[in-house]
Amino acid sequence: MVTIALDHVGVVLGRRPVVRDVRAVLAPGTLVGIIGPNGAGKSTLLRAILGLVPAAGNVRIDDVPLASMARGAVARTLAYLPQGQTLHWPLTVERLVALGRLPHLAPMSRVGEADAAAVARALERAGVSDLRDRIATELSGGERARVLLARALAVEAPALLADEPLASLDPGHQIDVMELLRAEANGGALVVTVLHDLTMAARYCDRLLLMDAGAIVADGAPLDVLTPERLRAVYGITAAIERHGGTTTIVPVARAY
Amino acid sequence: MTTHPCGRRSALIGGLVVLMIVASIASLALGTVPLAPGRVLAALGGHGDAVASAIVLELRLPRTILGLAVGAMLGLAGAALQGYLRNPLAEPSVLGASNAAALGAVAAIYFGLADLHPVVLPVLAIAAGLVSLVLLFAIAGRSESPLTLILAGIAVSTLAGAAISLALNLSPNPFAAMEIMTWLLGSLENRSFQHVWIALPCIAAGSALLLFDARALDALTLGEDGARALGADLRATRLRLLLGVAIGVGGAVAVSGSIGFVGLIVPHLVRPLTDRSPSAILLPSALAGAVLLTCADIGVRLIPATSELKLGVVTAFLGVPVFLAYLIRERRLW
Repeated sequence: MVTIALDHVGVVLGRRPVVRDVRAVLAPGTLVGIIGPNGAGKSTLLRAILGLVPAAGNVRIDDVPLASMARGAVARTLAYLPQGQTLHWPLTVERLVALGRLPHLAPMSRVGEADAAAVARALERAGVSDLRDRIATELSGGERARVLLARALAVEAPALLADEPLASLDPGHQIDVMELLRAEANGGALVVTVLHDLTMAARYCDRLLLMDAGAIVADGAPLDVLTPERLRAVYGITAAIERHGGTTTIVPVARAY
Repeated sequence: MTTHPCGRRSALIGGLVVLMIVASIASLALGTVPLAPGRVLAALGGHGDAVASAIVLELRLPRTILGLAVGAMLGLAGAALQGYLRNPLAEPSVLGASNAAALGAVAAIYFGLADLHPVVLPVLAIAAGLVSLVLLFAIAGRSESPLTLILAGIAVSTLAGAAISLALNLSPNPFAAMEIMTWLLGSLENRSFQHVWIALPCIAAGSALLLFDARALDALTLGEDGARALGADLRATRLRLLLGVAIGVGGAVAVSGSIGFVGLIVPHLVRPLTDRSPSAILLPSALAGAVLLTCADIGVRLIPATSELKLGVVTAFLGVPVFLAYLIRERRLW
């Protein structure tokens, strides 16, 4: 169980402010979606939470300032799935997923039985157990995306930060991944994920942070955030928002000028 | 893929250790005066005949120890740098340390300092290797990107190379030029225990620094952000790695001269026999480097030529075909 508190978090890259004055408290057991147009600062906000970019303001993890935590402790607490990750060596899927156990290994020790079990669980949950002996660099884009998700799951951290986990997945696997993130949150984890699919965001997330030009312009329950006026103002689109049964679909229709 | 990965790793390391022992015994036994293994062992045990003892203990033992140590250092440095820079073409010379060390040695010869005391040349070489490291940090700055480091390394390396050419260009007489050239070709001929005592501590310290960061190298498979999110402290990793290369390779080059290709080929030869992760190739690369350089040094002694062939020449000739064959076979997948 972990709570992430963001207090006036800002990031300047080059001279351009990319994230401005973000304030939010992200509670355990919730699936938080970060949405917004390209260049809104979503990925940079995730990287700031992880301490991967120098940021102004405060990031606190369970009331402990991130800056005062050892990198190993951060790595055990926050699992990270970066966007469009490149793999530099042709490892087998199993070896790649086992990299997720690195933060847990004591110095000079080898991967133990508990780690092997965590790797097996991660492979199973991401639905890539049958790929375990394949070479990760030879997989299709969608298979690779799921393997990298398994790599992040193998950390078994109380918080998972996933940057566009649905990119390059087919519709079936998109649903699988959202169900998986939902299950993580239901199990008590804090899941923060950058999404572009508004329907998926509305259907699965407990809370959405809508970002525009580095700032959070709306924060709340999905249907309160995803109003036609905001979609027009932030994304510059008109969208058909339809509710039937308990589900909502949001289909972008046209550019709004 | 049928055997268990740990079993496969032990088998690989075990096999390489056996090869290393065989190569060492061969290196002690073979040369212009071939000795039977029995005489070699007797000499090593301290109860051999006078001739065998003199040849084995004073000539071939230091040479063999240096061959093993220098080869291991070059192989390990190549493996660690390929992992750190995530570039299969990286080798110890890519960051300029070996060229700078060579420049230190050349300066010792050029200014006649090498004649003062046998220790001067290697010490200057190691010092120049460390200076190149300072220069590298000054140029590369705080950036953690491998590209910046490679570019800075090329700058340092080219500068040292140019200075070596300048020394050759301006050398006061043909004998000095010959001496510099000979040294640049790389050799283990006529090395004594004095050289061993200079090189070994540097190589031991360098190897320890390079072996320390195996996990960070594995984590770097996922890129810099991925590695840092897994808890790797990349700034400390870079410092240890560059110090390890400068001290270790500096120490090796200081006694052997420039020996190319070992650090480039050895990780490639070893990688397909492992799970291909950067940490898995470190130790096998060190062992395979020791075997390769020792065998090349035996070859140098046995190939008939008017003057003894230089080790750097042999490794280059060995290296190119091995590397090309490997490239063609593995084009699809390194």
